[in-house]
Amino acid sequence: MANKSVWSDNRFWQRSAAWVTGFASVLLIWLTFDTSAQISMGNDADLQNGVTKRVPGPTVINYKITYEMSQKRGHEVPIIGGNDGKGMSLFQEKETFFGRDDWSEEEAAELLHLGKLGTQAKNCMNCHTLLGNGAYYAPDLTKAWLDPAWGPNGSMQAMTGKDTKEEAMAEFLQHPSQYPTHERMMPNLGITAEEAKGIVAFLKHMSSIDTNGFPRNFAKIQGAVHGK
Amino acid sequence: MASNHLTGIGSESKQLATWYFTFAAILFGAQLLFGLVAAIQYVMPGFLFEVLDFSVARMLHINALVVWMVFAMFGAVYWLLPDETGIETVGIKIGKLLYWIFVAAIAVVVLVYLFIQVGPADETSIWFIHEGREYIEAPRWADFGIVVVALGFVGNLFLTGIKGKQTGIVTVLMADMIAFAGLYLAGMFFTDNITVDQYWWWWVIHLWVEATWEVYVGSIAAYGLITMIGAHRKTVEMWLWIEVAMLFGSGILGLGHHYFWIGTPEYWWEIGALFSALEPLPLVAMFIHVLYDWGKTQGAEMNAEHTDEDNVRSVIKNKPAFTWFVLNAFGNFLGAGIWGFFHTLPQVNLYTHGTQFTSAHGHLAFFGAYATILVGMMYIAIQGTNGIKVMKHTKSSIWAVSMITGGVVGMTVALTIAGYVQVLVSRAQMGATWAGYFDGQSGMWFAQAMDWRLIMGAVTFIGFLLLVKDFLSTGKNPVHER
Repeated sequence: MANKSVWSDNRFWQRSAAWVTGFASVLLIWLTFDTSAQISMGNDADLQNGVTKRVPGPTVINYKITYEMSQKRGHEVPIIGGNDGKGMSLFQEKETFFGRDDWSEEEAAELLHLGKLGTQAKNCMNCHTLLGNGAYYAPDLTKAWLDPAWGPNGSMQAMTGKDTKEEAMAEFLQHPSQYPTHERMMPNLGITAEEAKGIVAFLKHMSSIDTNGFPRNFAKIQGAVHGK
Repeated sequence: MASNHLTGIGSESKQLATWYFTFAAILFGAQLLFGLVAAIQYVMPGFLFEVLDFSVARMLHINALVVWMVFAMFGAVYWLLPDETGIETVGIKIGKLLYWIFVAAIAVVVLVYLFIQVGPADETSIWFIHEGREYIEAPRWADFGIVVVALGFVGNLFLTGIKGKQTGIVTVLMADMIAFAGLYLAGMFFTDNITVDQYWWWWVIHLWVEATWEVYVGSIAAYGLITMIGAHRKTVEMWLWIEVAMLFGSGILGLGHHYFWIGTPEYWWEIGALFSALEPLPLVAMFIHVLYDWGKTQGAEMNAEHTDEDNVRSVIKNKPAFTWFVLNAFGNFLGAGIWGFFHTLPQVNLYTHGTQFTSAHGHLAFFGAYATILVGMMYIAIQGTNGIKVMKHTKSSIWAVSMITGGVVGMTVALTIAGYVQVLVSRAQMGATWAGYFDGQSGMWFAQAMDWRLIMGAVTFIGFLLLVKDFLSTGKNPVHER
């Protein structure tokens, strides 16, 4: 044991473990600061001034949102208020949401808050996926707002007999088992009209989050791209 | 120390361990039952519709999973502490009190899940019904309860570790369990920003199952090798430190593979891909470690006996437990390592994220990495409390391990096939819409896979019943050497 190798020395490995863990943890914390700054929610001024945020402010519900290819980034990105032709948002074209396109910052934030609470209280995530996370028993909701099925001429909108996307979605959320599309149905979760409005606002907001091109080719196949 | 590992009689810590194991086994059964309900609903969507919907069954399925594992993990620590430290666990009275608080809280949470299910979209639902966040759905009041119980547990572990002999295994457990408990705090707040929500949510889920829980498994494997086959402590603990370095070195930043698509910056593609691709390496190391030590100690035994190979005694002092430990070495590598690596690169994950592929990985990884070794620890406890010197297999222990493993592997294969269908049809071909989703789900290959998943789930459940039968009867079986 006189000439013991360092490679078979417990102290050496113990110290290595401590250093590696410490280094990885410090790096993670540093990256967390950087990421936190990038994923903090934007506000109405950002939208007014044409500042692109990864997570836009709640008043994004006043704008038209599409999901289009960005040549620069090589994948689809959410486009808010019109495309400049190169895959950047113009923040100009508005779109009514429950009949209004002038939801104030407070009103929109309140609606989003109600919607986010609603998605948790109703346990959406244990059937659906949100941003791809959750259960796999029902469709992904990341870009549900942009799904052609809910748009004009879409099968879901037609089924509910409503004139707009948001009203159709809200109607379905309140009475899901009245509109069976498949043998696998969404149960009635006691969602009120106000809660449904909030949840649809949450869904519209989620569709505006920059998810690095997930899901790929959303709604590009099988018919038209919504919004074009 | 080390001599009393075979007997749990007289140790309050070991008695408390058996309480934890018992409740863990009950919750394991609940996990499988609610899993069966969810599996039936994939095949017959009308089953218990608007009575016990998929969302409720699935929530109970995964919550029971997490909680039974936490119970068994606490139990295993209370079991090994007297052996490792050479003293009775400090603060065992508080430990016992906290156990009953924990059990009562879980009973209330489960009853609320079952009979209230959903609430209005306000804070009271989050506080008193559930938080609607996968894996950590427990309502806010229970979160605080869990923190108190976890603090008590970590306190007992630290006080015992400081007062008694501090082995490498105890040192690793002390560092690991405080991180394990502390990380839970990252999942206890509400935010309107879904991206921020999921960012911190993964701190809990990922840094548990792909970092702190894996290190925990390394410690338990080390303890098992010393007690079951008499492996050399110094060798085992050196491996343990290497595993800690590799597990935390890859697992902590491997967290990045959950940050590809949730709104977080692109640099997580590179960081997540690189470090999560390294995650299987320590699992290979753990696999080699278990089998190498087994071969080495058995080889030494053969040399010592100076007889021909057929007549040498097995060095294994607990056959069923060791079977589960070896399965852990395989299962961790296959389920967490290989099935995880399949879809960890962003180029692949863009299409597999949020499909049955993840579910296939989840089933084999939770089983292979955690269920196996915790069931193994339950057998060690049965050996100890019954004063058995060499514990043998029984018919039911063999049938149980075969059926459970066969069932889980079968479910994994079925879900992998379902995942392929979903990736190709719903994602690549149909562009991930509502219509595309249902085109994939209604395909024949998907439906067949779900039939097989249900059948294999039933096989797993029958295996579990045999396991319970063995747990209840094997202690008094005359087949063991006493």
